[in-house]
Amino acid sequence: MENKRRIYTKLFISTFYLSAFTFGGGYVIIPLMKKKFVDDLQWLQEDEMLNLTAIAQSSPGPVAVNAALLLGYRIAGISGALVTILGTVLPPLITLSVISLFYSAFRDNIVVNAVLKGMQAGVAAVIADVVLSLGGNVLKQKDGVSVFIMAGAFVATFFLKINVVYIILVCGCIGATKLLFQMKKKQK
Amino acid sequence: MILLELFWSFFQIGMFSIGGGMAAIPLIQNQVVNIHQWLTLTEFTDLITIAEMTPGPIGINSATFVGIKIAGLPGAIVATVGCIFPSCIIVSLLAWIYFKFKELTVVQGVLSGLRPTIVALIASAGLTIFMLAVWGEGGFSINAQSINFVSVLLFATALFILRKWKLNPVYVMLGSGIIGGAIYLMI
Repeated sequence: MENKRRIYTKLFISTFYLSAFTFGGGYVIIPLMKKKFVDDLQWLQEDEMLNLTAIAQSSPGPVAVNAALLLGYRIAGISGALVTILGTVLPPLITLSVISLFYSAFRDNIVVNAVLKGMQAGVAAVIADVVLSLGGNVLKQKDGVSVFIMAGAFVATFFLKINVVYIILVCGCIGATKLLFQMKKKQK
Repeated sequence: MILLELFWSFFQIGMFSIGGGMAAIPLIQNQVVNIHQWLTLTEFTDLITIAEMTPGPIGINSATFVGIKIAGLPGAIVATVGCIFPSCIIVSLLAWIYFKFKELTVVQGVLSGLRPTIVALIASAGLTIFMLAVWGEGGFSINAQSINFVSVLLFATALFILRKWKLNPVYVMLGSGIIGGAIYLMI
């Protein structure tokens, strides 16, 4: 019981803290979640984190909330999911409630704008750091199909601006076909 | 009654915005500006600017902002709950399927295809933010004058610190905001 309460507290504090500092939505919070839950707390494996991210990304609604829900559920069941949703939703709810009271002053404030501009570079560096680790692991497996998927998905989303939902559908199908193909080969 | 309308509007926004953030903007505009006239178009543009400047998903930020304006704090809470309600149900269902069937070969195959995809999507988002930080709204250009060298320096330093000492990313982002902000205010 005592142990469970510790897990809930840790889940709540971690998601609240990550959500409070996540400027720029889903893609920024996922690298941060990976660092916290996979690298620091070691509550799940990197592969599983990517699986959960894929589910969060292909479901409707805010990616950050979806990912938090999945993480909470994976670590502590339904009540864990409720705790992480609350932790993720509260910071923007509080921040926006306060800001909506004096929003024009906030929007035009030069200090706020300068700090946010400075933060952009830091956010880009945090994402680059995680991409280097994750991408490096994909390359290390020396699996041609995975590398092809990674390169193709990047071109599709960054240059061709194709809807993420289609990219996920196609890449999922390629993965399934590849594995079934390998199994047939083994049977022969 | 107004609370129910808020709930239902944001329920639809949450239901149909797949792929997060940017996908939600036209839906929010449709519900909040066109159908219900809760915000004028100028207020809506302000809302998007503020939502991007503050932490948190854009859907939740706008739910809170619109809810407070229309019906105070209860409005904010009701709109936020409406926004996350559909995804909570669908994601829970998918999670259940995933944890039940994840050992299946087909599911394993699909997931092995999705993992490199997610890495690519994160890389693309990171590159977009990097370009915004270095070249601003104008986008990529080879002209050296359009490059924001403060951003480049902050980026390189932050990345070095992250790779070398594995510092907590939240401190790196805050530090980059404070140091960068101070430099921008001085020049």
